[in-house]
Amino acid sequence: MSDNKTLGEHLRERGVSRRGFMKFCAATASLMALPPAMIPAIAETLQNARRPSVIWLSFQECTGCTESLTRSHAPTVESLIFDYISLDYHHTLQAASGEAAEQAREAAMKENWGKYLLVVDGSIPQRDGGVYSTIAGMTNLEMLQEVAKGAAAIVSVGTCAAFGGLPKADPNPTGAAAVSQIVTDKPIVNIPGCPPIPVAITGVLAQYLTLGKLPEMDHLGRPKAFYGQNIHDRCYRRPFYERGQFAETFDDEGAKKGWCLFKLGCKGPTTYNACATAKWNEGTSFPIQSGHGCIGCSEPDFWDAGGFYKALSVPIGDAAGAITAAAAAAAAAGLAAGAVNRYHKQVAQAAHEPLKVEELSREEKS
Amino acid sequence: MIRIGNIPVAVVDGSGNQAFTGNITPILHEIRHALTRLADSGEPTTIDLSGIPFAPGERDALLERLGQGEIQATLQALGESRLYETAYPGVWVVIHKSPQDIELTAHIEVTRVPALLTTPLDDVREAADALAADLAEPTEQESA
Ligand code: SF4
Repeated sequence: MSDNKTLGEHLRERGVSRRGFMKFCAATASLMALPPAMIPAIAETLQNARRPSVIWLSFQECTGCTESLTRSHAPTVESLIFDYISLDYHHTLQAASGEAAEQAREAAMKENWGKYLLVVDGSIPQRDGGVYSTIAGMTNLEMLQEVAKGAAAIVSVGTCAAFGGLPKADPNPTGAAAVSQIVTDKPIVNIPGCPPIPVAITGVLAQYLTLGKLPEMDHLGRPKAFYGQNIHDRCYRRPFYERGQFAETFDDEGAKKGWCLFKLGCKGPTTYNACATAKWNEGTSFPIQSGHGCIGCSEPDFWDAGGFYKALSVPIGDAAGAITAAAAAAAAAGLAAGAVNRYHKQVAQAAHEPLKVEELSREEKS
Repeated sequence: MIRIGNIPVAVVDGSGNQAFTGNITPILHEIRHALTRLADSGEPTTIDLSGIPFAPGERDALLERLGQGEIQATLQALGESRLYETAYPGVWVVIHKSPQDIELTAHIEVTRVPALLTTPLDDVREAADALAADLAEPTEQESA
């Protein structure tokens, strides 16, 4: 349960020196993708930050998000933050089970009503009254609605909680929905990815802890610090893309030379995530570095994007509306060269056709 | 029966085949600007290397290019940190590792001395008190 110690007091009690604390702050700033010049300010707020209560609900999911978090490659920062936050309910990580676990959740909610942070992974089945996933006799839908009421903010971890994810893939047999489709009156931050990159999860928690608020977000509710740039813009294979050097198969000369994977289906150009810089497995590598294109797992409906190995094709989404609006806008604009290509891209998106390399590079240059 | 040793596997180091992103030169220019700023106005600059896209081996190439200067220090707090001045005075590399020896951050600091190497004032005050307390205790010789 929450106590009143500040993080600074908590760390000093654990024997962390002042230099150790500054190091912790430098790592936290880097984690949150904040400029190093902010380290002293972070130190100041972290010193005085108070311990927040966190309730973590896992719904229709595979536990990959929790796996990602617990295998995070900055264990010092994570363990300190996780030691420090009061993780009052997480049915995979907590020792209690059954009624005791549910009582812990209810007690934490009561004690911290209006103040706790709610973290959700997994989508919420809505069809047939939500019977397809239940915990302690309660549907996920009921539990989310109940717990969300007393939350200060909600963090949707993983593409399932953020956008519906795999359970929502066509034909969506359980009527899976994202948290934001059900809770509409609370601040929500989406940390998509299948699973999300661990530093994005801890970075947002660290930011909430340090600054007491959610980070700046993009139009899909994702923190800009981690999802502000696409994979393609930060990909080290980009010079090959620019020169038109593409691997055509996974074992040709181009693949061996590390050329661009666009023609093998890489979704880097339409995927916003931090894999290219934050990387995975203790900073070892990321899919493109291992020779496989990006599958676009942090984007809505990535599973229905027409095939991981087809040159860029994108999710259908609200295709019919998009195509009409795009056509009308393109006609009205008189169609400059770049606009034509953007228009083609929108049409391809709407019709779910593969985009051609030439179209994309023409657009880049316009 | 096929044994693992019979499978013709050759480990190939792919790094030699990969072209670099071309990010080394812009970073060196950024450092050059930062050095001028430090010399003219005393203003330090920190560059977080973890936010910059590098091809495999490229960051090592950057650090190699910067070389090694006269000073090297290690900090033992929440894991080991290595701080050293490069061959360009005023350009420091600061690498923090966790107690599990996993790299947490890598920064280039353009400064006269990285802040972490200076003793925190509160530590100095506490040191004065601690020494005064030590002196108040009679030493073995005095009590003999
Ligand atoms: S298409 Fe994929 S592999 Fe090619 S440069 Fe873009 S992100 Fe990298």
